[in-house]
Amino acid sequence: MIRFERVSKRYPPGLDALSDVSCEVAEHEMALVCGHSGAGKSTLLKLIAGVEKPSGGALLISGQNLSALPRSALPFLRRRIGMVFQDQKLLFDRTVFDNVMLPLSIVGFPRRDAAQRVRAALDKVGLASREKAMPVMLSGGEQQRLAIARAVVNRPSLLLADEPTAHLDTETAADVARIFHEFHHVGVTVLIATYATELFPAARRLQLDHGSLLS
Amino acid sequence: MRVWLSQHQDAARLALRRLAAAPVNSLLSLLAIGIALALPAGGQMLLANALHLSGTTSAVPQISIFMAANAERQAATEIGERLGRHTGVKQVLFVPREETLARMKSGPGLREVIEALPANPFPDAFVVSVADESLAAMEQLAVEFRQWPKIEHVQLDSAWVRRLDALLKLGRTTVMLLAALLGTGLIAISFSIIRMQVLTHRSEIEVSRLLGATNGFIQRPFLYFGVLLGLGGGVLAWLLVAAAALWLRAPLAELARLYDLTLALQTLGARDSALLLGFAAGLGWLGAMISMRQHMQQY
Repeated sequence: MIRFERVSKRYPPGLDALSDVSCEVAEHEMALVCGHSGAGKSTLLKLIAGVEKPSGGALLISGQNLSALPRSALPFLRRRIGMVFQDQKLLFDRTVFDNVMLPLSIVGFPRRDAAQRVRAALDKVGLASREKAMPVMLSGGEQQRLAIARAVVNRPSLLLADEPTAHLDTETAADVARIFHEFHHVGVTVLIATYATELFPAARRLQLDHGSLLS
Repeated sequence: MRVWLSQHQDAARLALRRLAAAPVNSLLSLLAIGIALALPAGGQMLLANALHLSGTTSAVPQISIFMAANAERQAATEIGERLGRHTGVKQVLFVPREETLARMKSGPGLREVIEALPANPFPDAFVVSVADESLAAMEQLAVEFRQWPKIEHVQLDSAWVRRLDALLKLGRTTVMLLAALLGTGLIAISFSIIRMQVLTHRSEIEVSRLLGATNGFIQRPFLYFGVLLGLGGGVLAWLLVAAAALWLRAPLAELARLYDLTLALQTLGARDSALLLGFAAGLGWLGAMISMRQHMQQY
């Protein structure tokens, strides 16, 4: 599903965030990207989502080379990927319902079916009763679950998450990890950048160290 | 197609919501646009009225020739024959002094004055239509007629119509200039308002982009916002012009009466109104478009 072939990413003036990374994540697999702070975990996810472009090497998603992808095709790639961001990126001037609705509006999903999907996604993460609330009224764990609901409402085949359990207490973190496991069980490819590897004991680990992948 | 339509509907609704979310800001912006547009629109209204006025007034150029008061009828007859033979003259209408007297007496207010006079104060007169209606040719004819015997006064009747025409041409150019100038102003206003909107909704734009929104999707509500601004400003300008027309109607009619003209000031016609609203909406859109282009280039 995802293949890195000697991918490197260099930020100006000469900081190597990733160097010569080659790895593969199979379809329906759950994998963790681990490593110290600054090891290149977020960069790796950003490359997959097309937020950053690799400086060298080839990155293929479902056989499609991202470096060769024209800018205009990028939105359509992102629609196939569910993303949970480190800072969540919720819209605080919209209700919980409208936050989850946004990805469906973007693809032009028929309105009535969209509402059903939004409710299903909220139900899945345990926020069905909070759809009219504003994000600011939610707890940290609830906000994280809202971010997950938004990432999965489009039913993507690939789910990326950057530190989804950071800043959460143990119980809430376990709860969030359970949700990722559920998506993995229904066939979604899941790639999570995290320190909390103990929450995902069965997942394969991609260990990064100063931008290089340890085998 | 249905998806496309519903996305446009959503964008328009979102733009309307944003407009309503900051009513004071929106109102002041609309006012700025409305006043800017009211100037050329008002000019156009005045111009249309003046055009209508000059259209109802005969613009066929004529020369009036007045005989001396002491001239005999015989002299007038000779002049009449001479005019009839003249190659530059197309048609001659003789107006005897008795006829002028009778006509003036029938007019209100003048009867007493005329009856108080010992004799008929009006001379015999001719109204001449000419073959060549250019101003130069007519002026040359007038100079020639003035040298004929027993002719007191020669007048180019069409001179004021020509002056009005020239004035109207000037007016039209002025209105166009104003429209171009203030239209550019409207684009600038729309540009900076949309820029502020973009800054306000920056996080929303960023998130939408990350979730796979196309540039079209991101731009759409802002473009609708620009159109609504322009359209709202256009409506406001129309109302301002209509109010001004209503307000000026009575004093202008009074003034026109003094010049023996009937004038009821009309507000903008259907065509001009449609043009005003169309231009306003279009320029609002254009300002928004330039603003979005500039913003999108940063990504």
